[in-house]
Amino acid sequence: MLFGSILLFALVMVLFALAYIRTGWISRITPTQWIVGGGLVLPIPVLVLLTGTALVLGEQLLPHGRTPVTIEAHAARWNWTFSYPGGTTQAGDVLHMPAGQPVDILVTTEDVIHAFWVPRLGGKIDAIPGHTNTIRLEADRPGIYWGQCAEYCGIGHDIMRFRVEVHSAEDFAARFGGEAR
Amino acid sequence: MTGKPSPVRLHKDLETIWKTPPGIARLSSVNHTILGKRFMLLALIFFAIGGFLSMLIRAQLATPHSAFVGPEIYNQIFTMHGTVMMFLFAIPMLEGFAIYMLPKLLGARDLAFPRVTAYGFWCYFFGGSILVIAMLAGVAPDSGWFMYTPLSSRPYTAGINADVWLLGITFVEISAVTAAIEIFVSILKLRAPGMSLARMPLMAWYMLVTAGMMIVGFPPLILGSILLELERAFDLPFFDPTRGGDSLLWQHLFWLFGHPEVYIIFLPAAGVLSTIIPVFAQRQILGYRAIIAAIVAMGFLSFGLWVHHMFTVGIPHLALAFFSAASALVAIPTAIQIFAWIGTLASGRPRWDIPMLYVFGFFFVFVIGGLTGVMLAMVPFNTQAHDSYFVVAHLHYVLVGGFVFPMLAGLYHWLPHITGRQSVYRLSIPAFWLIFIGFNVTFFLMHLTGLMGMPRRISTYPSNWGWDWLNLLSSVGGFILTMGFSLVLVDMILQFRFGRRFRRDPWRAQTLEWAMPTPPTDYNFASLPRVDMRADAIEPAPLGPVLASGEGYLGFARNNQQETLAVDMMTGVIEHIVILPRRTYLPLWTALATGGFFVSLLLGHYWLAPFFALLVTGLILLWPASLGFREDQGPVPIGRGETAPFDAESTSNAAILANRTALVTNATLFSSLLFGGLFLIVVAPNWDSAPAPLVPVWLSILAVLAAVAGGASAFFARATNRAGGAVTGGLAGAVLAQGIATAAFLAIMAGMGNPTAHASIAIAFVTLGYCALHSAIGAVIAGHALWRKHQGYVSARRATDPELAFLWNGYAGITAVFGAAMALLLGGIL
Repeated sequence: MLFGSILLFALVMVLFALAYIRTGWISRITPTQWIVGGGLVLPIPVLVLLTGTALVLGEQLLPHGRTPVTIEAHAARWNWTFSYPGGTTQAGDVLHMPAGQPVDILVTTEDVIHAFWVPRLGGKIDAIPGHTNTIRLEADRPGIYWGQCAEYCGIGHDIMRFRVEVHSAEDFAARFGGEAR
Repeated sequence: MTGKPSPVRLHKDLETIWKTPPGIARLSSVNHTILGKRFMLLALIFFAIGGFLSMLIRAQLATPHSAFVGPEIYNQIFTMHGTVMMFLFAIPMLEGFAIYMLPKLLGARDLAFPRVTAYGFWCYFFGGSILVIAMLAGVAPDSGWFMYTPLSSRPYTAGINADVWLLGITFVEISAVTAAIEIFVSILKLRAPGMSLARMPLMAWYMLVTAGMMIVGFPPLILGSILLELERAFDLPFFDPTRGGDSLLWQHLFWLFGHPEVYIIFLPAAGVLSTIIPVFAQRQILGYRAIIAAIVAMGFLSFGLWVHHMFTVGIPHLALAFFSAASALVAIPTAIQIFAWIGTLASGRPRWDIPMLYVFGFFFVFVIGGLTGVMLAMVPFNTQAHDSYFVVAHLHYVLVGGFVFPMLAGLYHWLPHITGRQSVYRLSIPAFWLIFIGFNVTFFLMHLTGLMGMPRRISTYPSNWGWDWLNLLSSVGGFILTMGFSLVLVDMILQFRFGRRFRRDPWRAQTLEWAMPTPPTDYNFASLPRVDMRADAIEPAPLGPVLASGEGYLGFARNNQQETLAVDMMTGVIEHIVILPRRTYLPLWTALATGGFFVSLLLGHYWLAPFFALLVTGLILLWPASLGFREDQGPVPIGRGETAPFDAESTSNAAILANRTALVTNATLFSSLLFGGLFLIVVAPNWDSAPAPLVPVWLSILAVLAAVAGGASAFFARATNRAGGAVTGGLAGAVLAQGIATAAFLAIMAGMGNPTAHASIAIAFVTLGYCALHSAIGAVIAGHALWRKHQGYVSARRATDPELAFLWNGYAGITAVFGAAMALLLGGIL
């Protein structure tokens, strides 16, 4: 996507420059060639390819089937509470996760809209009042990551962060329940 | 009118009629040149305010752990920055530009409704002032410029802040909607004779589509604001999930407006490019028809994209895929325009001048913004970049690239038209490079900041996450950008003061606005041209003197009337003479009364609001009093040996078209309300045990029958009037029937149960309230037509008033059917 963009950007700027430098051939391009070539032939294949890839990738990221671990993340102004399969509920802005397996996070909110986002682990999902949203995450290896509220939620939005501690699957199962894979 | 007067004599005659005197009487001006300039000047002031706020933002974010302002103030600053730039700068700027330019491009003497222009300006001025005063008082809106509920609802924003936004912006939106209707109607009707749709300059096509988009794009936001204000003021739970509301309803309504809004801002700027590029390429635009097709396609597509602002709210992935594909599709009409412009340059004999420098800036910045836009249209990428600084970078690339750069090109291109002087140039070039470099330094880096995980709208950040140097450089870039804009301002002032005067058409442009004296006179053209070719291929230099000597149409002063011509919408064949209203303080008084309505709501004096609403209605009913004739005039000469009737005697005059257009806006608002109701029924939580509103079937049937009978009665009145019969019976019948309908609707509302208990009752309450209001409006308009008949303004030929009565009463009948159906559905009866 990045290289494609650089290429297309360069193409437009070079054509713009050529319009002024005028090497002859560019002034012989007919109007139809400009419109059909630049307006249809150039973008359509790129867009079809891109949207297709995005659709497939997006489908792969969705929560399919059953996952071994489901964690509930409850947002309130301005902190996070996480509940684990074994029934433990911990306030205090630390999310524990097993490594190497998909985890479904069920995101809810107490008050206004928040958004659950761990930049290093993937996309985000909003916490909408009255609704429950699910996001599937997978951390490859144990470690510490940072997460934060991504939807503006008032004065404490700046500090509505949480720590993600990723444990090995066995450690996680031992401490918070759920089955190790 | 026998014998041609000299050009000087003609100028003096017309000037006496059209002139706005200096001093306090300036406030009564309804002239589009004056008001267009006023709109643009005020928009520039708001641009400076918004820019100042962005400087505060960059000062705050320059370093981590900044203690410059706290989050309370910071939240107001970024909310106001977005709000001011979108609603008080961009939209009014394009309106002002269109108001100034369109009649000149189309060969008309003014827009179709000069007093509406003035009213819109005052609404913009007063509404904007409310926001600025609130900011100075420290109670500015602080829920973000898209005001997501429930953060903006009463429990989480207890103060007046959110009300300031909802009421102030809605007040300003009045000017957007009135301007849109006026621009739409003026483009379709008030053109030079012979200018068919296929001969219009592209700028007019762009503005036609933009106005069309505003007509259906703004109602969802206005409805959302009304509903949210009702929730905040009277606790009607449209967005409260515990009582059957849903915060997602706000998001849908907001983005249903908000996405088209982006194209509403971009299209006029693209119109500027399509007008300027051929001038500097020294050849006609390439792909005229392809561009028109692209604009229309963009207009339609832009209404199918709003969900891409909501990819992370938990909508099923396949539904997202549809919106993702639609979003990507917009790249095609954009690409068509981009390559048409490059092709025009490539196949012409391009020359450089300051406007082209900004066109270059546009290409550079906007193409990057477009490409990141396609990236963001892809769902997996979007869920990562959403609400991060990547989005901040993208939106600034699109809006500054797609609006500010083209508008600056337009500024340098058309400022000579306004001042009658040419630019001094010394400052223009460094100013451009400061803006260009400053902009890219500020915002290009934000792509990286966003990808590194910095969310938007945070007032501080820790120093160990690698965001420090990026933010610092962005802030430095921001200040370079500001220096550039200051230089442009100085450059403008210098041009006003020291610019070189020129005779006519300094750029050798080929559109009609240069075929007039510059600075323009109050009446634009001493006589109106006949356009027998594409209107972007004329030669202003020889045409100007011909028009000034009165050899076109209407090259004379008659009866102290401000006259211009209206044509058939499609073909440009002359249809009638429009008599434009002369200057008056009525728009100012009406806007002040409207302001009283909004301020009484804002300060919580709800009992006062109905009085102001009545005052506004009364004042508006005074507007038509000076228009029309008491007897039939028949066709009168318009010059060049041709004749045409006056507008009062035309069945397709601008007033009728404008009312039809206003009803389309109104119907969009009503459909949004019905959509909102159905959305809540289907999607919102807590509907299983919802209390049903008590809606008596017989009373509903009575209300619907009465409203429909009112419509039928007005239809009957219109038909008999056209046949030369009496209208009094039909109109009186409409008044009576709509009166009954209003009473019946109010009776149902009074007995339906407590609307604060649940969204089901609240929706039924508001829907029927809408119906009651429109039956009442139908009655008032039918009554007004009756009064006009009594005064002698109505005859078989002068049929505008019965026509309007029919339109509004028929509309009341239709809304009654749908409104009652909605109420009965919610009441569990249907």
